[in-house]
Amino acid sequence: MPFIPHTEADIREMLDVIGAPSTEALFDEIPEALRCKGLQHVPERLSEMEVARLMRGRAAQDGTLLNFCGAGAYEHHIPAAVWEITTRGEFYTAYTPYQAEASQGTLQLLYEYQSMMCALTGMDVSNASMYDGASALAEALLMAVRVNSSNGPKRVLMPASVHPFYRSTVEAITAAQGIELVPLAFDPQQGRSLASALQVHEGDEFTAVVIQQPNFFGVLEESDMLTDWAHARGALVVAVVNPLSLALLKPPGEWGNEGAGIVCGDGQPLGVPLSSGGPYFGFLTCRQKFVRQMPGRIVGCTVDLDGKPGYTLTLQAREQHIRRSKATSNICTNQGLLVTAATIHMALLGPQGLERAAAQSVANTQTLVERLSALPGVTPVFTGDRFHEAVLKLPRPVNEVLAALAEHGILGGYDLTRHYPQLGAALLVCATETRTHGDIEHYAVTLAHIL
Amino acid sequence: MSKTPKDRRYAKTHEWVMKLDDGTVAIGISDHAQATLGDLVFVETPAAGRELKAGESCAVVESVKAASDVYAPIAGEVTEVNGKLVDQPELLNQDPYGEGWLWKMKPAVADDLGKLLDAAAYTSSIAES
Repeated sequence: MPFIPHTEADIREMLDVIGAPSTEALFDEIPEALRCKGLQHVPERLSEMEVARLMRGRAAQDGTLLNFCGAGAYEHHIPAAVWEITTRGEFYTAYTPYQAEASQGTLQLLYEYQSMMCALTGMDVSNASMYDGASALAEALLMAVRVNSSNGPKRVLMPASVHPFYRSTVEAITAAQGIELVPLAFDPQQGRSLASALQVHEGDEFTAVVIQQPNFFGVLEESDMLTDWAHARGALVVAVVNPLSLALLKPPGEWGNEGAGIVCGDGQPLGVPLSSGGPYFGFLTCRQKFVRQMPGRIVGCTVDLDGKPGYTLTLQAREQHIRRSKATSNICTNQGLLVTAATIHMALLGPQGLERAAAQSVANTQTLVERLSALPGVTPVFTGDRFHEAVLKLPRPVNEVLAALAEHGILGGYDLTRHYPQLGAALLVCATETRTHGDIEHYAVTLAHIL
Repeated sequence: MSKTPKDRRYAKTHEWVMKLDDGTVAIGISDHAQATLGDLVFVETPAAGRELKAGESCAVVESVKAASDVYAPIAGEVTEVNGKLVDQPELLNQDPYGEGWLWKMKPAVADDLGKLLDAAAYTSSIAES
């Protein structure tokens, strides 16, 4: 279908039919104070030649460093077949087609994706994906407030060990809706939320409690204890998880006595490459009883007139095109292409492949921590059990060390100084299954030289 | 032609209200409303104990083609909800004036029903629209 813009004559004709003097007049009901008056921070346009030069420069910086950085996005091996299949004409489209009569293949794939995410997280229902992990958490909390608003004021217990970017995204999305985020301190020795920290909040009412597993430091939270504590107070448990970790860890649906109610996270570790920060995709799964409050698209399986299986969008009365301003969310699409890749990735690796990738990442990070901790002045910060990330204390400012490592072609980790100044010179490191013992040795030797 | 029993009162927004012997009232939606909505697949009722203002949106009926709000025809406190509708929303289609009731409430003002339409007035209001 070609893109044909309206001509001046078309616009004039339409305005005349409805009796409006100008296009601008159609927006009269929006108060002057709310109008956007230009975009100050957006620079003047560039020519095609200038853009091409700029982007070539940026592309040249991408993926050239030996990567020991995680912090929410991870370099994993992606079988060549994943993107070969994903970018075939049958799947590769600028927009996710949802018409049941024309898109059975895409809809079936989304249905398979949803089934896989339900199996991983231990939930009953999954939507067809969200934009990213941080906004999925914000949507999960809005959903929790709709589900559980009877449990006192709109307050959410948010551990300080949750990814700082997720916390700021949640703040940005939920603050205007009167949702209060109450911080929960982590134990400075173990790097996770302890029962003793919860005592401060004894007697407080919460709509929901967030549990990130593993947390931002890579440490495993006591998810059973936290879940039971939340449920004993009528709060809903919203789990934020790394989907790859679920190949080894207990699914959130089985945490504590009753399990989490809503699970979300970033799907990037499942076949999505690190490409300068995105696009990634978020996932959101929940219990059947909460499905009417779930945001986003959901694909269902049914049978057609001849009794053959068929796939179609379902429960659309939650969505904007039916419910208008009372819709569960303004999310009315999904990250179709990335979900396609994730579904193929999971299908190719299978449960055993995911488990091996996860276990190898845990082992490599353990080796990395042991090797780097052998250097003078480098020590692990937390004692809590970890998944595939760890926090190390350095004897010099982290930004200086990272800059020196980058000169040697190494991305040494993520500097925690800005988010957690109380930890001192703290560096978050990660070694996935893609790092070899040679890579780890190279990092250790280079770091020793720099320090 | 839809049914409009004379033993109860109606709101222009298609809810019915019927006085019960214990001083509470039962609320539902009219035969005309259920027929217009089509096959209902989900019903959300207000929680028992909730105080409702007259005209407040407090329930949702969802059919295969639309989701509509149901408004409290009068003010009062919700005393009971029809739990059967969770698993059998079709009761609303099959028996809108009986088994398909939505919730019961204790009116804030004892004789608040007078402001609502009687069967004849409701019938003519849907004929006009």
